[in-house]
Amino acid sequence: MSQASYPEDLLYHPEHDWARIAADDSGHATLGVTWFAQDALGEVVFFDPPAVGTALVKDQAYAEVESVKAVSDVVAPLSGEIVEVNESLSDNPAMINEDPYGEGWMVKVRLTDPSETEGLLDAAAYRATLAG
Amino acid sequence: MTSGAPSLLRRTPLFENHVRAGAKLVDFAGWEMPVQYEGVRQEHLAVRRSSGIFDVSHMGEIETAGPDALALLQRLLSNDVSKLAIGGAQYSVLCREDGGVIDDLFTYRLEDERYLTVTNASNHTGDLAWFRANAEGMDVEVLDQIDDWAMLAVQGPLAREVAQAVSDSPLPARMRAERRRMAGSDVLVCGTGYTGEEGVEVLCSPAVAPALWDEIVRRGATPAGLGARDTLRLEVCFHLYGNDLSLERGPIEAGLGWCCREDTDFIGSGAVRAVRERGPAEKLVAFEIQGPGIARQGNEIAGGGIVTSGTLSPSLEVGIGMAYVPAERAATGTHLEIDVRGKMRPAVVKDKPLYRKAN
Repeated sequence: MSQASYPEDLLYHPEHDWARIAADDSGHATLGVTWFAQDALGEVVFFDPPAVGTALVKDQAYAEVESVKAVSDVVAPLSGEIVEVNESLSDNPAMINEDPYGEGWMVKVRLTDPSETEGLLDAAAYRATLAG
Repeated sequence: MTSGAPSLLRRTPLFENHVRAGAKLVDFAGWEMPVQYEGVRQEHLAVRRSSGIFDVSHMGEIETAGPDALALLQRLLSNDVSKLAIGGAQYSVLCREDGGVIDDLFTYRLEDERYLTVTNASNHTGDLAWFRANAEGMDVEVLDQIDDWAMLAVQGPLAREVAQAVSDSPLPARMRAERRRMAGSDVLVCGTGYTGEEGVEVLCSPAVAPALWDEIVRRGATPAGLGARDTLRLEVCFHLYGNDLSLERGPIEAGLGWCCREDTDFIGSGAVRAVRERGPAEKLVAFEIQGPGIARQGNEIAGGGIVTSGTLSPSLEVGIGMAYVPAERAATGTHLEIDVRGKMRPAVVKDKPLYRKAN
């Protein structure tokens, strides 16, 4: 997508990551990077996913995403254990650019400390961090 | 992200053209330069398949003029400058006494006793000081012309056709540099480039650069940024100063012995000759990653060696790069293990260039 977009139903981490908390009270969340992150990076050509079962620690890198010109860490917005990775990104990493909040999702996790969500930003607050 | 903060970076005369074209601008050697417009990959492929235009006005120019111009350049530049005809172009390196590379440069002979040397942006000030220090006592003028020239590169299989359409007469051949009129202005057209494709580099006055750029784009050249410039040059194994060339290593190690003529007694020729005779301990090789992963500058190689340039090749769709490795492991086909941020990635030494046109 070519226009900046920050959906209201997501939570945001200032390191340009988002989390979608499952609505079914399962304690699961889907994670990815924001429109800003993929735009800054440029065309993503490689995504190196972690393995299912990997423990994520909030604020720490859990994966790498590469454009032609640079590599960037992907930071965990929340702590948890990976229950699923988006395998289709291996063949088609450009989905991170084309649909960062949909087909470009990176991992699904079982949250280990759901209260951490209180430290994340809503869309308006995240957008405000970009304006500075 | 664009912020409202005032910029301390230098801008080329084409800055407004870049903004209008939607460029993503970055700091490159103190200049605010377009790294990409639509995307590195599509700009890269446009240059491989049709034509692209690059703003390289950040590059510096030094004019060397006077009766001792040849003598000075022969002393400074590694190549045999006496072989450079009027209207010719020559590649060389500038070495310190110990053979370490200060810069790599193209020199154009404009007139009998007048030469123009194009420097890398990050090295221009140092090069100029080096030229001047070595010109003392000689009958020669060394002129800083970085503000006098803008520079556009038009590259790709259709680049000559596009550039020809705005030129008053046939373009100079490869490795020739001649005056032409383009889009109504006097320019210096050089049959050189940094992409491995056909094309020209055009040096012109900063005042006429924006209109010339627009005219060449209107004729079909795709604006291409420094991102594509880097992937294009790496596919054909052209050196980038600061990555593949530095003061720490000499031209023989870098595979640039072909542009060194030690019998001309250039500064550093003794050191270069010694390395050529005994053979370098390290060599710059080209490699391809086997499988996923992209090596980057600074990644270490198991058993010794270091990656100096690395990227994903848009043409080959595989991780490629160049690395200094111990000479005994520099042969084509040698397997390497590269430590890419903690993951060992297998790679193999390949012949240069990594990319060749299929024809």
